[in-house]
Amino acid sequence: MALTPEIVKQVSLLARLQLSADELELMTQQLGRVLEYIDKLAEVDTENVAPLAHAVELSNVFADDQVAPSLPREEVLANAPKRDDACYRVPAVLGD
Amino acid sequence: MITQPEETTAAYQTVVGLEVHVQLLTQSKLFCRCSTKFGAPPNTQTCPVCTGMPGALPVMNREAFRLSLKTAIALDLHIPQFTKWDRKNYFYPDSPRGYQISQFDLPLSEHGFLHISDPQGAFPPKKIRILRAHLEDDAGKSLHDEAAGKADSRIDLNRAGTPLLEIVSEPDMRSAQEARAYLTELKLLLTYLGVSDCNMQEGSLRVDANVNIHMQVDGEKIATPIVEIKNLNSFRAVERAVVYEAQRQYELWRETGKKLGDAPKQTRGWDDQAQLTRAQRHKEESSDYRYFPDPDLAPVLTSAEEVEKLKAAMIQRPAELRSRLQTDYALDAHDADVIVNQGRLFVDYFIAVAEKSGSGKLAGNWIQQSVLRYLNEQEIGIGEFDISAAALAEMIDLIQSGELASSRAKDVFAEMLNAKTTAPEAMKTLGIEAVDDSTLVTLCQSLLDDNPRIVADVQGGKQQAVGALIGQAKKKNPNANPSEVRKICLRLIDAM
Repeated sequence: MALTPEIVKQVSLLARLQLSADELELMTQQLGRVLEYIDKLAEVDTENVAPLAHAVELSNVFADDQVAPSLPREEVLANAPKRDDACYRVPAVLGD
Repeated sequence: MITQPEETTAAYQTVVGLEVHVQLLTQSKLFCRCSTKFGAPPNTQTCPVCTGMPGALPVMNREAFRLSLKTAIALDLHIPQFTKWDRKNYFYPDSPRGYQISQFDLPLSEHGFLHISDPQGAFPPKKIRILRAHLEDDAGKSLHDEAAGKADSRIDLNRAGTPLLEIVSEPDMRSAQEARAYLTELKLLLTYLGVSDCNMQEGSLRVDANVNIHMQVDGEKIATPIVEIKNLNSFRAVERAVVYEAQRQYELWRETGKKLGDAPKQTRGWDDQAQLTRAQRHKEESSDYRYFPDPDLAPVLTSAEEVEKLKAAMIQRPAELRSRLQTDYALDAHDADVIVNQGRLFVDYFIAVAEKSGSGKLAGNWIQQSVLRYLNEQEIGIGEFDISAAALAEMIDLIQSGELASSRAKDVFAEMLNAKTTAPEAMKTLGIEAVDDSTLVTLCQSLLDDNPRIVADVQGGKQQAVGALIGQAKKKNPNANPSEVRKICLRLIDAM
């Protein structure tokens, strides 16, 4: 499947990336090549192979339900670009 | 302009499906060990995992998974052997990772059901199918800072990562009442199971409703585009929103003729103040969430033996208890419903009184008419009620043996509460003692001797004249049982 600039535009919107016209063209080319490469997998006969749900062959990894100390608030908020004494501050959330 | 719904039952059929999110009663979060305790100061219950720091690794909470399986079994959901976690990608300020950990194509349970009914008979009993129940983690909270104007939102991530079980029904409900009945029964079941406290104020139970309407127009089946209603803060709000939305869609359809498929699914928010729904942001198409398996979380395998073990340990569910109370204690459907709806502790209290007194009917009457009324007046639960099951059973025993007249039993009950005492003690305080038959006969005879006119009246066919004697009897002996006095007087006159 050929990657179109429209698809890249849509994906960049979902990823909250603003691409210039040049970048859009570049991304379309580069991502297109990545997809072509991955498309090679389609040549393999997977008729009798069960779909893989997970890459690591582990299952049932659990932790007990026991509270452990959280991080101090000062540490948690230390890297926030904008904050007050208790919360992160973000541009106003509109709508719901 | 949409007004109150008019007579529309014939015009369309309302169709409702409900998505319920319940917060599971765990101590720690779903993928990290931060506390889930409600009400802590903002951002004091977070860590690198639930704030989405790079490299932080989530580990599944065993108890959250166990509570989910328990709920799934109670809802007769099928539990597949294999389940996994997926990332649901979207950006929102209260979701620091940029994705929610949820379950997409292989949820931990699917295809179950819940029976609903209405004791008032508003609709016939029916089975609501449940599509699936899956685990996911909660987002944080946006706080809107009034003081700072509309410039910023404040984010509290204490709730981020709290385990939620999402229970999705099929669109099987056909009215607002059915939707409410489903929610009420689901909540009751969840509290019986002890998997969630279902406190709507604290957000432990949240409801989204999918609503559209079906119509028969010139022999053609027409459905309107589905709308998902959010921001439903009470069961009452759900009821009202469903009624409002169905009518809105009907009027919109008459205006535009738009059918299912002509417009995408819309999300609307319920405005409880204005009592209407308002359009919200566009719902991204499911594929826009770009679900993919979470590489940080291992899948979970559940063996058939484990499922069997959980099934064997399943408690009696509200529906089963209702029929048990009817078969074992001779309650009618309504009484059984009232008692079971009060919760498991209340049912246990009833069963104890019924067993000890040997009368399910009397136990049912007293518990509903006197105990429940008192609890409601005092706004307390059965756990805080001062009369033990044994003490109430003893009182009922005294009524059954005739030592305590039914007419005085309410006073005794009140005194038992008042003085925190037993029935025999309360009777002593109130001066109530059983009057034996010969004492009563003597009393009646003297009344007849004193009132020849009444005797004559009765003999003349005016049986009701004997009523005047009952008052006199009670004055002479407050313990005289009115119906006994009446019976004895009539018998004595008859024998004259």
